[in-house]
Amino acid sequence: MNEEKRTGAGGAPPDAAAPPANAAAPTGSAPAANAAPAPRPIGATDPVEGFEPKIIAFCCYYCAYSAADLAGSMRLQYPANVRLIELPCSGKTDPKLLLEAFENGADGVYVAGCMEGDCHFLKGNFRAKKRVHAVKKILDDVGIGAARIEMFNLSGSQGPRFAAIAREMTERIKNLGPSPINVRRGTIHRAPTVEAAAAGQGGEHK
Amino acid sequence: MSVAEPKAPVAEKASGAAAPKEGAPKKAESPFRTDSKLERLFAQGEFVVTAEIGPPKSASSKGIRENAKILKDATDGQNLTDNQTAIVRLSSIAAAVHVLAEGGNPVMQMTVRDRNRIALQSDLLGAYSLGIRNTLCLSGDHQSFGNHPTSKNVYDIDSIQLLQTVKGLRDDKKFLCGEDCKINPKFYIGAAANPFGDPFEFRVLRLEKKIKAGADFIQTQAIFDLERFERFMAMARERGLHKKVNIMAGIIPVKSAKAMEYMKTVPGMIVPDEMIARIKGAADQASAGVDLAVEMIQRMRQIEGVRGVHLMAVGWEEKVPEIVEKAGLLPRPKVKE
Amino acid sequence: MIVAEQKSLAEIDQLVRNAKKLLIVGCRECVTVCMAGGEKEVGILASALRLKWENEGHKTEIVTAMLQRQCEPEYVAELEKQLDGVDCILSTACGVGVQYVAEKYPIWTVPALNTKFAGGALEQGVWTEKCGLCGECVLHLTGGICPIIRCSKSLLNGPCGGSHDGKCEVSAETDCAWALIYDRLKKMDRLDLMLELQPVKDWAKSRDGGPRKVVREDVRL
Repeated sequence: MNEEKRTGAGGAPPDAAAPPANAAAPTGSAPAANAAPAPRPIGATDPVEGFEPKIIAFCCYYCAYSAADLAGSMRLQYPANVRLIELPCSGKTDPKLLLEAFENGADGVYVAGCMEGDCHFLKGNFRAKKRVHAVKKILDDVGIGAARIEMFNLSGSQGPRFAAIAREMTERIKNLGPSPINVRRGTIHRAPTVEAAAAGQGGEHK
Repeated sequence: MSVAEPKAPVAEKASGAAAPKEGAPKKAESPFRTDSKLERLFAQGEFVVTAEIGPPKSASSKGIRENAKILKDATDGQNLTDNQTAIVRLSSIAAAVHVLAEGGNPVMQMTVRDRNRIALQSDLLGAYSLGIRNTLCLSGDHQSFGNHPTSKNVYDIDSIQLLQTVKGLRDDKKFLCGEDCKINPKFYIGAAANPFGDPFEFRVLRLEKKIKAGADFIQTQAIFDLERFERFMAMARERGLHKKVNIMAGIIPVKSAKAMEYMKTVPGMIVPDEMIARIKGAADQASAGVDLAVEMIQRMRQIEGVRGVHLMAVGWEEKVPEIVEKAGLLPRPKVKE
Repeated sequence: MIVAEQKSLAEIDQLVRNAKKLLIVGCRECVTVCMAGGEKEVGILASALRLKWENEGHKTEIVTAMLQRQCEPEYVAELEKQLDGVDCILSTACGVGVQYVAEKYPIWTVPALNTKFAGGALEQGVWTEKCGLCGECVLHLTGGICPIIRCSKSLLNGPCGGSHDGKCEVSAETDCAWALIYDRLKKMDRLDLMLELQPVKDWAKSRDGGPRKVVREDVRL
C-alpha cells in the first residue's frame, strides 16, 4: 500500500538513481569511493534545467531583517530566490508555519536569528534552533528532507553575511533540486525564459 | 510450637538431610521452630557456612547435582538462586530438590518479582512438601537487568511482607488472607541485608524491620568494604540485633580483578580500589582471589555478631571446599542429638 | 494530568492511510498542556501527513477539529457537524478521549498518541510520572512521595538493596523513591513511619479488581 511510486519525486532514501554529482572523485583514491556512491540525501530530486528555487527566510527583526536592509544599502547582491518574512524574534518560529511553507510550494526554508547569546529576548534563538531541528526530523520522515531547512545566526551589522547565507542556501537547494512536492504538482519554479520575460510573465506557477 | 511434621518424603530419602526427625517427637516441646539443620547449628553456636549454587539456563540438573556433591560436606546449606538478575533459569524449587537428592541442605531463594501472593504461598507449600526447610526472602533484581526486560513485574507484596507471610504460615498456621493452613510449612526464614545500599543509616533499621517481620537468619550482600560493614555491625549491635538474628556475612571469592571491576558497577555494591589493585598486582589472580576470600572469612569471624558466612562463588563452586578448608572451617560440624 | 506522547509519524501513517477523508481531532485538556495533542500538534501532524502523502502520490483528504474535552460525551457530540464524508478519525487525545469518540460515532477511530501516565511537568518539555492510580492513597505514610509508582518495585517497605546514592538500581537517572521518602521523613522528624511494617496492599482497589467506577449518588441527575 505504501509502495506508491516514488521515482523522481524522492522519498525513498536508498534511491538507486544517484545524481553524478560526486563523479569528480580524486583519481586513485580508495576504490570503495567508486563502488558506493554517496547516498542521495532524503528529498533530493533529479536536476531540472533552469530550476530557480523558491526559498522562504524567516528573519528576526533585530538581526537578519536589519542585516538584509544593510545589505541593500550596501548594494550587495544576493539571489532573488529568497523571500523574507519578518519575525519579532526568531523565538516566534512556529514549526507549523515552517511546514506550511513547504505545503505552499517552498523548495527551501530557513530561520535567521541573532548570534547565540545576543537574542533581544534572551533565548528566542535557542528555541528557534530546537524547533528547526524538530522540523528537520519531520521533513526527513515525510520525504522532503532535513537539508531543505536550516537555522542561521547573524547580527544586524552583518549585511555581507546575510547575502552569503542567502547564496549558500540557494546553492544548497539548487543542488537538491526542486521540492518533491513541486515535482509532484508540476509546479517547478524556473527562471523566466527570454520570451516569457518579454511578455511580462514570470516562469512560476505559484 | 512445632511437633515436627514427619511429612518430608524427599528429605527422608536424602541421606545427608540432618533434620532429626526421629529425635524430636519424644519431647512434646521442641526448642526449635523448624526441622532446619541451620537452625540447630546456630543453636549449637557453630560458625555456619553456606554457599550459593546458580541454577542453569537449561533444563539440565547435571551442574546443580555436581555442585551439590562438591558443597554438601564443605558447607551447611546451599542457596539456590531464583532467576537471579532476572535471567530465566531452572526454578529454585526444582534446583533445591536436586540438592536434596544429593544429600545437601537447600536454602530456596524466593523473590517477589515474579509471583503474586497466591503463587508464592502455593510454592511455599509445595517446596515444603518436597522436603525443603530453608528459604531466603528477596525483592529480586528488577527485570530490566535480565533477559526479558519487556516483561511485566509482579511485586504484589514486598520482601518484608514475604517474611511475614512465611512466618505467619509457620507460627500462626495462617495464610496471608487469614485462613487456616492446617498442615503448615515450617521454614527457617532468611532475609537479605545490604550494608552497602543507601541510605546507609537506614540499613540497620531495615534489618530490624526484617527481624520484626520474621527473619531467623540474614545473608548479607557481598562484602568488600570491611570498614563500612564493621560500622554496620556496630550499629546493629547497638540495637541488639545481633542477638535477635543470625547474621551471615556474604563473601564473593573473586577470580580476577576484572570481575571486581564489574562488581563495582553493580548498584548496591562497594568494592574498594585498593582491593582491586591487590588482585590486579598478583601473579596468579585466581589464587590471590582465594586467599582474599579466606582472609575475609577470618576477619568476619572476629566481628562480634557475625554468626557465619555465605559464599557466593557462582561458576566457581569447586573452589569453595578449598576456601572453607583454608579458613580452618573443615570439617563441618554435625547436628548434636 | 494525563501525560501522553505522539506515536511516530510512520506508525500513524499506517493506521490511517486507507482513509478517504481523515479527521484529526485534538483535545484542549491534558494533551494540550503536555504538548502532545493540542491545536499546535494537530496542525503539525496534519501538515506532516499532507506533505508525506502528497510526496508519495497518495490521496487522503485531511481535515482537523478541536474539542474542549474528549473525555465527556457533551463535548464529543460537537464533532457531529464536522463528520461529513469522514471515514476515519485520528484522535490526539489520551486513551480516554479516543474511546469516547469511538463510542459516539460509527466511524473507525484510531489513537495518534501513546498515553503514558498520570504525572506533571518537571520543567518545560519534561514530564514525570507521579501517581500510581492505585485506588488507596498512601502518601500520608510516605511524606508525600508515591512508592507505588515512583519505586520501580512498588515496595511498601523500602528501599531495596539496589538503592545507591539516592538513585534506583534500574537507572542512574531515576531517583530512588524510598531514598526520597527517607530524606523527607527524616527532615520532618517522622522516621517512625518508616519503621512500621506496612501490611500487604489491597490491589483489588487498584486495576487488579477489574475496571473501576466511582459513583456519587448526591450529584447524579
